Amino acid sequence: MNAIADSIVITKRQLLQLARVPEVLIFSTIQPVMFVLLFRYVFGGSIETGQPGGYVQLLMPGIFVQTVAFTLAATASGLAEDMKKGLIDRFRSLPIARSALILGRTLGDSLLNIVVLAVMGIAGFVVGWRPSSGVFSIALGFLFLLFFGYALSWVGIYIGLSARDARVVQNVSFLVTFPLTFLSNAFAPTTGMPRPLQYVAEWNPVSTMVAACRQLFGLENEFGATAGSFPSENPLTMSLIYMAIIMIVFVPMSVKKYQNASN
Amino acid sequence: MKTVIADNLIKTYNKGKVKALDGLSLDVEEGTVLSVLGPNGAGKTTTVRILATLLNPDSGSATVGGIDVIKNPEKVREIIGLSGQYAAVDETLTGWDNLVMFGRLYHLNKKAAIKRADELLERFSLTDSAKRPIKTYSGGMRRRLDLAASLIVQPKVLFLDEPTTGLDPRGRQEMWGVIEELVKGGVTLLLTTQYLEEADQLADEIIVIDHGKVIARGTSDALKKEVGGERLEVVVDQAHIAKTLEIVARVSGNKATLDEGLRRISAPVSTGSIALMEVLRSMDSEGIHALDVGLMRPSLDDVFMSLTGHAAEVEEVK
Repeated sequence: MNAIADSIVITKRQLLQLARVPEVLIFSTIQPVMFVLLFRYVFGGSIETGQPGGYVQLLMPGIFVQTVAFTLAATASGLAEDMKKGLIDRFRSLPIARSALILGRTLGDSLLNIVVLAVMGIAGFVVGWRPSSGVFSIALGFLFLLFFGYALSWVGIYIGLSARDARVVQNVSFLVTFPLTFLSNAFAPTTGMPRPLQYVAEWNPVSTMVAACRQLFGLENEFGATAGSFPSENPLTMSLIYMAIIMIVFVPMSVKKYQNASN
Repeated sequence: MKTVIADNLIKTYNKGKVKALDGLSLDVEEGTVLSVLGPNGAGKTTTVRILATLLNPDSGSATVGGIDVIKNPEKVREIIGLSGQYAAVDETLTGWDNLVMFGRLYHLNKKAAIKRADELLERFSLTDSAKRPIKTYSGGMRRRLDLAASLIVQPKVLFLDEPTTGLDPRGRQEMWGVIEELVKGGVTLLLTTQYLEEADQLADEIIVIDHGKVIARGTSDALKKEVGGERLEVVVDQAHIAKTLEIVARVSGNKATLDEGLRRISAPVSTGSIALMEVLRSMDSEGIHALDVGLMRPSLDDVFMSLTGHAAEVEEVK
């Protein structure tokens, strides 16, 4: 299939960019590692958990999910940059499948996530994170994270192609990802939130992802007002449903947007 | 054979509020160069984008190499090269990286893509900077690389959208040299420009567009004749203005105009240097000394003035 081969060329381009400007890779891994350290030592002491091994056990899944959620911003700004430089026009004038560029970009951003997650996992291990489930479950947890990042990458494609300015893209992406990651169970138990917010947090895809990962890494999830609800009871299923919905909505929308890009 | 044909293209933006193309038609004979001349916002880029399959017109039709750009865009993309106003290359990568990548996207195998990249870098005098990121290139080098990227598979038809806008005179000269070489190689070229001089230098035929419509068409010579050829200008002392006006009007056979502040008298002339000599001789025999004298080539503004009666309006339409 030419479309696949073309996508791989685009993915390689991204890897080559990282090789030419290694700072990008360095800083995109330093940032999440910094988050791990800050949360672990700043909040870690004051958040009471019933978990053996302490706050870091709860924190790591949360911070993993937050990091892959930021893929949205990375994809969006990368694409907006290509638009601005006229590269999208050039790609669209080539005899390649129209999906190749965006497919290649989403794959490239996922590859970057693999590196980032690996570095974070090591950092977490150093500061006391010890997943207690089996190797298979842990691997499944990371696979889940990668898929979540991949699905959000498609939202990023749509935002990147829609915005007129790369700076707007940054703002819009953060506007989407920040409330999502903080209005969740990622960094603190939802039990402390006002009751209505607990429901929002409970249905938040980030929460179900975090809960799913905690489960896969061998933790017991805690719920307050929302215990017994569907997403609380079935975080894995619910996360899969969310990812499917995101892909079903945003893949066709993004492809269409790309075809009419800058029209 | 006509390699590029556009027929009655209409394109509006902002839900019909901005009319970018208003029934534009053109054609390019195989192996020739057509220059589309016009000010910003005249519809040049929109025309190129439609012909290069990046944009669909609201109505009208177009073919490139006999292939319909609306019905068969993917076939058209196989035979065209496009180089735009902005150098559309990946700035973080090196020139070599870029060309190899585009080669791969044209489905050359790795070896062929590398060979082609090396050839093109050599041909566009970029071999020395091949391994440097594009970020470090000068404007002229970027444009050359951008052009090289559009030539990877020897396109039948090449579209160049304002290839020298924003370049310094030296960069412009270099770019012209490169384009002339290409034309010798037999490519069919459609080139847009804001500079009459550029169209003059490179094109077999020129069309002038304004507000999305063709307002004049012809060879560079024919067009200039229509514009009135060159413009003779002479600056004299206050005391000699009246007499000089008379001489210039007589020699040129046109109405001579006076810029009072600059004491400059000018008139369109069709015989160029002959008229200039004659004016100077007549002034000499009257004992008038010219402070400054010259022949001006018609500018885009002159073309517009003479064709439309208004100056080239600059309006930015994206």
